[in-house]
Amino acid sequence: MSKRVIVDPITRIEGHLRAEVIVGDDGVVQDAFVSSTLWRGLEVIAKGRDPRNIPLMMQRICGVCTYSHYLKSTMAVEDALGIKIPYNAELVRTLMNAALFLHDHVVHFYHLHGVDWVDIVSALSADEAKASKLAFKYTDNPIGTGENELKKVKEKVAKFAKNPQGLGPFANAYWGHKTFRFTPEQNLIALSHYLKALEIQRTVAQMMAIFGGKNPHPQSLAVGGVTCVMDLLNPARMGEYLVKYQTIADFVNNAYYADIVMAAEMYKTEPSVMKPMGVKNFMAHQDMMVGRNDYLFESGIIMNGDLSKVFEIDEDMITEEATHSWYKDDAPQHPYDGTTNPNYTGFVDGDTVGPDGKMVNSKMINEKEKYSWIKSPRYKGEPMEVGPLACMLVSYAKGNKKAVKVVNDFLAKTGVPAAALFSTLGRTAGRMLQAKLIADNALVAFNNLIENLKVDQETCATYVIDKDKEYKGRGIGDVPRGMLSHWIRIKNGVVENYQAVVPSTWNAGPMDSKGAKGPYEADLIGLKIQDLTQPLEIIRIIHSYDPCIACAVHVMDTKGKTLSEYKIDPLYGGCSI
Amino acid sequence: MKNNNLFNKLSSRLDELSNLPKLDDEVSISKLIEEKGFSRREFMGWAGAMTAMLTLPASFTPLVAKAAEMADRLPLVWLHMAECTGCSESLLRSATPSIDSLIFDYISLEYHETIMAAAGWQAEQNLEHAIQKYKGRYILMVEGGIPHGESDYFLTVGAHGKTGEQSAKEASANAAAIFAIGTCSSFGGVQAAYPNPTNATALSNVTDRPVINVPGCPPSESNIVGTLLHFILYGTLPALDVYNRPKWAYGLRIHDACERRGRFDAGEFVEQFGDEGAKDGYCLYKVGCKGPYTFNNCSKQKFNQGTSWPVQAGHGCMGCSEPDFWDKMGIVHEPLGDRLYHTVFGGLGSDATADKIGVGILTVTAVGIAAHAAISLVKKPKE
Repeated sequence: MSKRVIVDPITRIEGHLRAEVIVGDDGVVQDAFVSSTLWRGLEVIAKGRDPRNIPLMMQRICGVCTYSHYLKSTMAVEDALGIKIPYNAELVRTLMNAALFLHDHVVHFYHLHGVDWVDIVSALSADEAKASKLAFKYTDNPIGTGENELKKVKEKVAKFAKNPQGLGPFANAYWGHKTFRFTPEQNLIALSHYLKALEIQRTVAQMMAIFGGKNPHPQSLAVGGVTCVMDLLNPARMGEYLVKYQTIADFVNNAYYADIVMAAEMYKTEPSVMKPMGVKNFMAHQDMMVGRNDYLFESGIIMNGDLSKVFEIDEDMITEEATHSWYKDDAPQHPYDGTTNPNYTGFVDGDTVGPDGKMVNSKMINEKEKYSWIKSPRYKGEPMEVGPLACMLVSYAKGNKKAVKVVNDFLAKTGVPAAALFSTLGRTAGRMLQAKLIADNALVAFNNLIENLKVDQETCATYVIDKDKEYKGRGIGDVPRGMLSHWIRIKNGVVENYQAVVPSTWNAGPMDSKGAKGPYEADLIGLKIQDLTQPLEIIRIIHSYDPCIACAVHVMDTKGKTLSEYKIDPLYGGCSI
Repeated sequence: MKNNNLFNKLSSRLDELSNLPKLDDEVSISKLIEEKGFSRREFMGWAGAMTAMLTLPASFTPLVAKAAEMADRLPLVWLHMAECTGCSESLLRSATPSIDSLIFDYISLEYHETIMAAAGWQAEQNLEHAIQKYKGRYILMVEGGIPHGESDYFLTVGAHGKTGEQSAKEASANAAAIFAIGTCSSFGGVQAAYPNPTNATALSNVTDRPVINVPGCPPSESNIVGTLLHFILYGTLPALDVYNRPKWAYGLRIHDACERRGRFDAGEFVEQFGDEGAKDGYCLYKVGCKGPYTFNNCSKQKFNQGTSWPVQAGHGCMGCSEPDFWDKMGIVHEPLGDRLYHTVFGGLGSDATADKIGVGILTVTAVGIAAHAAISLVKKPKE
């Protein structure tokens, strides 16, 4: 008989997320549902405010991708007002973006996703001399894998293992799970990088703070450009950025890259991570300007995994629907015209597999009705995966020279075919490849900035907001979790309507009216779970998308008595997600 | 004499703490700091700076150092409500391995959704376990506003669909001390801005236990760690201002210790971002700086281990550690006294409430500043 398994909370993500699967006697997932369990309503709050206030407010959608929403929201206002920002400002924004991507991807792989791949307890039985030697197999210049360093790392793990109560954040995880594939030595190498990354990421956060004032939540953009002109004109400050950049670029090349090559070697025979993905449509948008007409990421759409053809994006074809989301208006709508009449129906009572394998009464998703605060975005009615893998595939298929080189080198080094990229492992590798693309090329932007500052010191364009005019515009591009777009309408000098279509919404959304699943849910179907009380396979797949659920749900609206109680005008209810 | 009494009081408190069992015999903060390459001298230097930040006499430095070493006696539970994880990130991504962050890394984090390895049922067990085992002893830090009352369902966690409000209440009931980390759990934050569609509210509104507010969006790591150290040292609530913020951190106006204050006094203002004044570091009041109305130590402590802070990056303060700042601080790039657009409340709200903001000293200051800016405009006309 089939059983239901709930994983809630899914930890090591941003936000509040639940996955629920129906599993047959053979342990194979027959159906899967993903629900976001938090709603904050920022788009409702945006309405009626001064457009200049919106970017800082939208930034608060997420403190992890802390710069993404700030930037795209600023770009949306600039697009609406018809502002072209100075070249210097473009390049500084890219440098801050580079810091964001490098920080985000490293932290995601090591601290959020890492323990899905690395068995920390297994590292205890590693031979550190052997591990130290092994590290050279994956890179010529290993980081943090000297025999002595590995010995220290091992001692730390030993402390954890001796006292299970003292494991702190490592307590009660799925150690020893059958789908862990690294040898003890490989686990030890990766574990050493886990600790090293904790230090490195702080340096990268400083990289952003140099031009951003602080991190998280930098505060140096203005509609029209950037405010940090003093930092740009200070050579010591620029030098500081460069030094930190070199530190992280080195780590990406010799730790992150090496560990993914190692993962490809060991996990390419693990069915739960090589299972072909459920949705093979990918969408990405041009971003990361490093020079005039020179971008690291390209725009386009790939359908059914066919890399031979890339379609151009028609922004009018982006819609969102709410058949299974907690809103009343089910039909697909374009973000500029989206309405939302919320309709929370909650969970239903039922028995699911508990922590000891016995059935326990729980609050279950009712998949026949509505079950998530996330909507279902579609492109021409089709679900799309967005994210670093989508970005790399589109840029690769479009022949972006820098991207082609990074991807081809990796395929050659690991010996895996391009088809293997359409998997959980591929998604995790794609994120690293994007980090490498940036680590290898962001300096182009830095050098162009230095050159341009010699002849041009403009950093912020001027503009006026005419209260008698109506404006609309969008900011769109690829951020660390995929394609993000913010859509704004301005009337009487204030925000008339605001919506954001966020990467995790594309990926985590529920079924649409045709029963078509989004990438998260589609990916879980057919997955074999070894132990229903330790659903590591589920978590690994979900984490491979780098969920950012506060992002995905920030825009929902609510309804019923709450709506009237708190005076939300359903006509303007924000919400496209 | 007064200092002596305090010194003795804090010493005996630390002695008491050091008699408590360590949560993990294998971890010692002082050893760890040494392992990470900090000398005893550097550690004491850090303790000295922290002592000054906590507005204690320099002679208290050894006590602060000892308090830091006692951090491994305190189990910590960190709950996520309606939030963006920025506050957690503030600690996790804090600058080059600093002593602040080290202490935080190695404190006994019993439950923290962003970094814990466990998930699902196992994660729930960790939380229940921590609350039972350390009943009355753990420190609770809460990040995020809390959907409240009849709209509590806007946040549920776990297979039983428990609401965030319920979790926060239960965890608060058994905590030794409760800190609201960030503006959201201190005051409701961005989701509580008008029209507050989820009825999000501050932690202090869902528990009757005393809550220390550590606002900021996000607060700097030093304010978070400082609050923790203060509790270790005193075992009581710090001196608080009217919004329950520790006075040692939130006692001073940003404007008063601002590096551009001299420019303000000289009447030198940035008129537009990117202008000549901006290149020379002029005062940002006219492009919207809310430093004169904001109480925090950003201008002294900065962020990311002293890397920068918004005013250094040429952008005014947005007032993020003040209650309801999203609704009350007006337009971000215009002076508070010079609003051209209606913002919220149908054009009455922000404008109306802004005039009421900080009845008393702030209003007087605002008027004074606006007048000062007006005079300087006459003195230094736009080119």
